[in-house]
Amino acid sequence: MSRTTSLPKPFDRITFPKSYIGPLLISGILLAAHISFGILDTWTKLFAAIGTAFIVESVLHKAVTGRWRDLSSAYVSGISAGILVRSPMIWPFALCAAISIASKYVFRVKGQHIWNPTNFGIVVMLIIASDSMAVLSIQWGNNMWAMLVIWLVGLYTISKVNRFNICLSYILAFIAFAWVRAAFTGGTFAAEVAPLTGPMYQLFVLFMITDPKTTVRSKTGQSVVAVMIAFTEMLFRFGEAVYAPFYALFVVGPIALLIEMWWEERRQNAKQESASPRKVQQ
Amino acid sequence: MTRETITKIFVVLFFVMLLMIPFGMQKYDEMVNSDFFETMEEVQERYGFFLEDVTDQLGINFVHQRPVVDEKLHHILPQIASVGASVSVADVNRNGFPDIYFTNSEFDAKNALYINHGDGRFEESAEAFGIADMNRPEVGASMGAVWGDFNNSGYEDLFIYRWGRPELYRNENGEGFVNVTEGAGFPDYINANTAFWFDYNNNGYLDLFIGGYYHEDVNLFSLTDTRMMPDSYEYATNGGLNYLFENQGDGTFRDISEQAGLHETRRWTLAAAAADINDSGYMDIVLANDYGVDEIFLNEQGERFRNVGPEAGIGFVPKSGMSVAFGDIMNQGQFSIYVTNISEAGVLMQGNNLWVPSRRSSGDIPRYRNVAGNMGVEIGEWGYGGQFIDLNNNGNLDLYVANGYVSAEPDTDYWYDYSRVVGGHRNIIIDANNWPAMNNRTFSGYQTNKIWLNDGAGRFREVARAVNGALDLDSRSIAYADLFGTGAMDLIVANQHQPAKIYRNHVREDHNWVGFNLEGEKSNKSAIGAVVLLHWDNKVTRKMVTGGDAFSSQSQRAVHFGIGMVDQVDRVEVRWPSGEVQVIDNPELNRYHNVREEITEPITQSP
Repeated sequence: MSRTTSLPKPFDRITFPKSYIGPLLISGILLAAHISFGILDTWTKLFAAIGTAFIVESVLHKAVTGRWRDLSSAYVSGISAGILVRSPMIWPFALCAAISIASKYVFRVKGQHIWNPTNFGIVVMLIIASDSMAVLSIQWGNNMWAMLVIWLVGLYTISKVNRFNICLSYILAFIAFAWVRAAFTGGTFAAEVAPLTGPMYQLFVLFMITDPKTTVRSKTGQSVVAVMIAFTEMLFRFGEAVYAPFYALFVVGPIALLIEMWWEERRQNAKQESASPRKVQQ
Repeated sequence: MTRETITKIFVVLFFVMLLMIPFGMQKYDEMVNSDFFETMEEVQERYGFFLEDVTDQLGINFVHQRPVVDEKLHHILPQIASVGASVSVADVNRNGFPDIYFTNSEFDAKNALYINHGDGRFEESAEAFGIADMNRPEVGASMGAVWGDFNNSGYEDLFIYRWGRPELYRNENGEGFVNVTEGAGFPDYINANTAFWFDYNNNGYLDLFIGGYYHEDVNLFSLTDTRMMPDSYEYATNGGLNYLFENQGDGTFRDISEQAGLHETRRWTLAAAAADINDSGYMDIVLANDYGVDEIFLNEQGERFRNVGPEAGIGFVPKSGMSVAFGDIMNQGQFSIYVTNISEAGVLMQGNNLWVPSRRSSGDIPRYRNVAGNMGVEIGEWGYGGQFIDLNNNGNLDLYVANGYVSAEPDTDYWYDYSRVVGGHRNIIIDANNWPAMNNRTFSGYQTNKIWLNDGAGRFREVARAVNGALDLDSRSIAYADLFGTGAMDLIVANQHQPAKIYRNHVREDHNWVGFNLEGEKSNKSAIGAVVLLHWDNKVTRKMVTGGDAFSSQSQRAVHFGIGMVDQVDRVEVRWPSGEVQVIDNPELNRYHNVREEITEPITQSP
């Protein structure tokens, strides 16, 4: 009996799902920021957020669909909660992650969740547990180059998943509305535009408003929604809301998705109606 | 009911349960802290003490006036001029009762010295003693004062630190003070917010540490450039230098800061204190830095200091350090360190730090763990002075924390504008011109000071309102002293741009105590740095004589221990800075003991 051996095949080109780009990018930014500036109080709080997100996602998805699911989305929600929540206690990290994930299974329209999970979790936590937590709102160090690198790498990566237009529209709109706010309030333009240079906005712009699951599909629609978020944020800022961008996305995001669903349904209906007479004619 | 419906109900119930968690925790907390008592006796019975505001009764009418800085900063004046109310305690005339000194800050506003006559009368005597007129354009605005016998005359001398010129006043036999700053070797202008006396090389002469806040090139009363704010909210690198002045023993001091290793960083030091935290026999320095991490400088045999903050575990998470206090909270013979920070609901939650020595300590570097959360002393508010005091003489150190930043127009808030700028890049935050005007808005104001009672089992409980000690002024500096000779620690609170407050402490009579007035011979006369170890009830409690601690404060010199209903102290061990160790067996309770350093070796005269 002859025995044949074959040479190992050369590796295929290494590819991975686009859904892993987000988790990889946010992990990279977190690692760079923590090694450079120690932005995490302890790893425990981060792991509490990620671990809770994994558990809640696994349990709820299994309960609802009967199947296990890929946890990359839960990872992004968990790590985002771990970075954005600021509290000396551990439980707000875990609770924010749990609420974020659970919201996906509670608020569904036509089988789709309509709030960005972390945005939902953060806003709800600010309402129900504001005496125990805050949101990341200060600088990571004071090195301009670190900030630029994060922006450039982040925007480049986002462009690879066809979301650059959202970031650009939002940033330009924020700057324009900062000018409007300065003109209205008599404050300096620098103070109005200052938040955009902080890490809270890096995470908000790169990860929250670009979330594929909770953004509209058309490129034009995405840009319009981004401008509407910036506009709504301006209104919240006139009301001196410290976390205006989160509230703005909380309000605008679901409305945009619902309009898109309604529009899509209307289009589908119209399509069917126009198709039906032809059937009759046949 | 279909399986799908049951699943939906389960998911919704789970979600609602998550939302209820904070509410449930809050209700539980309210239930636990809902005690209310009608009379002082009931409160004493429950908590062991009762506080009485006796400020008016004692005729103490000191009101702090904040400094008025360059008009380029007037749009944010309340936050720039948010410090300067300080209190320090010393027995100025050696009549056996602690006197009280308050600093003022506005030009032409006077500092105040209340001489304690021991019979309930306090006499304002700063003018007569020559230490009232301390706030003038040519010298700057007082930020605090510390007392120490720098020339070993037996009388406590006064060091004033300012945004301006630091000055030293020599005590003339308890009858008055003479300004001896000229030629003493101090800089002409620094922006200091903390200082303490200590004998860093144990040569018997008190040296002086001064902590810089704003950069020393920034004259806050005559600004040349508005780019003088911190260059980052948590990683600032443009604060003032810290100084160590070595006492030469002849009335002069030598600046040895750089060679001692204290110029490595330019953090914004707001509070500093010294203690021998590694039992090396030399006092180490702990710094609470605003806009950055805290630091520990280990004293290397009185020759230089080594920054070991990161190795010790405290130098990693940047916060807004405001106060440093040492206390043996578990009666284990070692100091924990309490540092206040900022916590504002929904905006900024740093939490205060309670650094407890960890079992992982090894070699000469102690290691610390922050257990403030576990012990219930984490969430203050906008904290300033945080001081360990045994308020009910039960042998467990309690904690008083001063809170409140700027109380201005009620129902207004500056936090939104503040958060915009502090989240911005360095080129924005560093320039005062970019900071939005405050327009008389409140900024973390009307906050109530915390009184956390130590249960001796690892938890503290907030009791300020229950013991009649709730105070919602913009408190800064807190000192304790036995003002009435009763063996209870009374409280003195200096409030920014507001009246000072004195609380008389009524402690349960069946709680015993013992105190020690130390006087050095070979060591510095003030005995600053001397450690007293009390062996009682199978415990060892460590205390020491400090030359200034917490936030801009100094408490009574006498070392005081409460021991509850225990009726005997086994042994007292006094470790003097000179290295001498003195033991007192079974000291009589409920009185102060005068302890003079016993010398087993001849004194060398050279410093």
